[in-house]
Amino acid sequence: MASSKDEQQQFAQKIKPLQPKPPLVKNCVKAFLTGGLICIIGQALMEFYMTFFNFTDKTAGNPTVATLILIASLLTGLGVYDKIGQFAGAGSVVPVTGFANAVTSAALEHRSEGLVLGVATNLFKLAGAVIVFGAVAAYILGMLRYAFATFM
Amino acid sequence: MEYFWAFVVGGAICVIGQLLMDVFKLTPAHVTTSFVVAGAVLDAFGIYDKLIEFAGAGASVPITSFGHSLLHGAMQSADEHGFIGIAMGIFELTSAGISSAILFGFLTAIIFKPKG
Repeated sequence: MASSKDEQQQFAQKIKPLQPKPPLVKNCVKAFLTGGLICIIGQALMEFYMTFFNFTDKTAGNPTVATLILIASLLTGLGVYDKIGQFAGAGSVVPVTGFANAVTSAALEHRSEGLVLGVATNLFKLAGAVIVFGAVAAYILGMLRYAFATFM
Repeated sequence: MEYFWAFVVGGAICVIGQLLMDVFKLTPAHVTTSFVVAGAVLDAFGIYDKLIEFAGAGASVPITSFGHSLLHGAMQSADEHGFIGIAMGIFELTSAGISSAILFGFLTAIIFKPKG
């Protein structure tokens, strides 16, 4: 086992100069522009909900996120979001729209297996990790903060 | 001005994600999970609230705000019901995001055909 692991590492070293280097600055600029643009759309939606539906700046985040998720799901269904993703890299993954894209694309991919075993079972195949890690982290941190507030 | 800071802060968070992907070779799934945990940690020290006040949607649209809302809901509910409240409130504020993701994801999968 050990020797095969060494071989793998040697191989990884060997092919390193042959692998294409990602154009770092270009990718970062693309991610910055796309991510920023999505946040501007979010800001506009927030202002919209605050002006017309009596949300405050604390609560307007919820309908904003829901609307962005609706838009991203539709764009995923139309096949547009994947094209945006090819251009934007992390700029389309990090905003909450990337979460919607992960949910919808996993559901679409398994559609041929039926509604229950395909769509419903695989809905959180990719995005589930976010919820699991988020909930575990929030639970532990919540316990710690509660303990600090109570016993300190 | 609000739009400007939303653009800059939101874009900057995405650049951090891009660097994690390109330099540290993390997959998108690893980036988003790390960001959610990072958001929860930042909220534990009260930093993320200040970022949202400052940048508006620039801080509430990236996935980091999901971790922030998870912890925030938990703490709000813990104030009322003690430590059992943590379990009760954890999904309180993120309910809109999760339920709409389930609904729209499901409906889209029914209506559209897979592309590519």
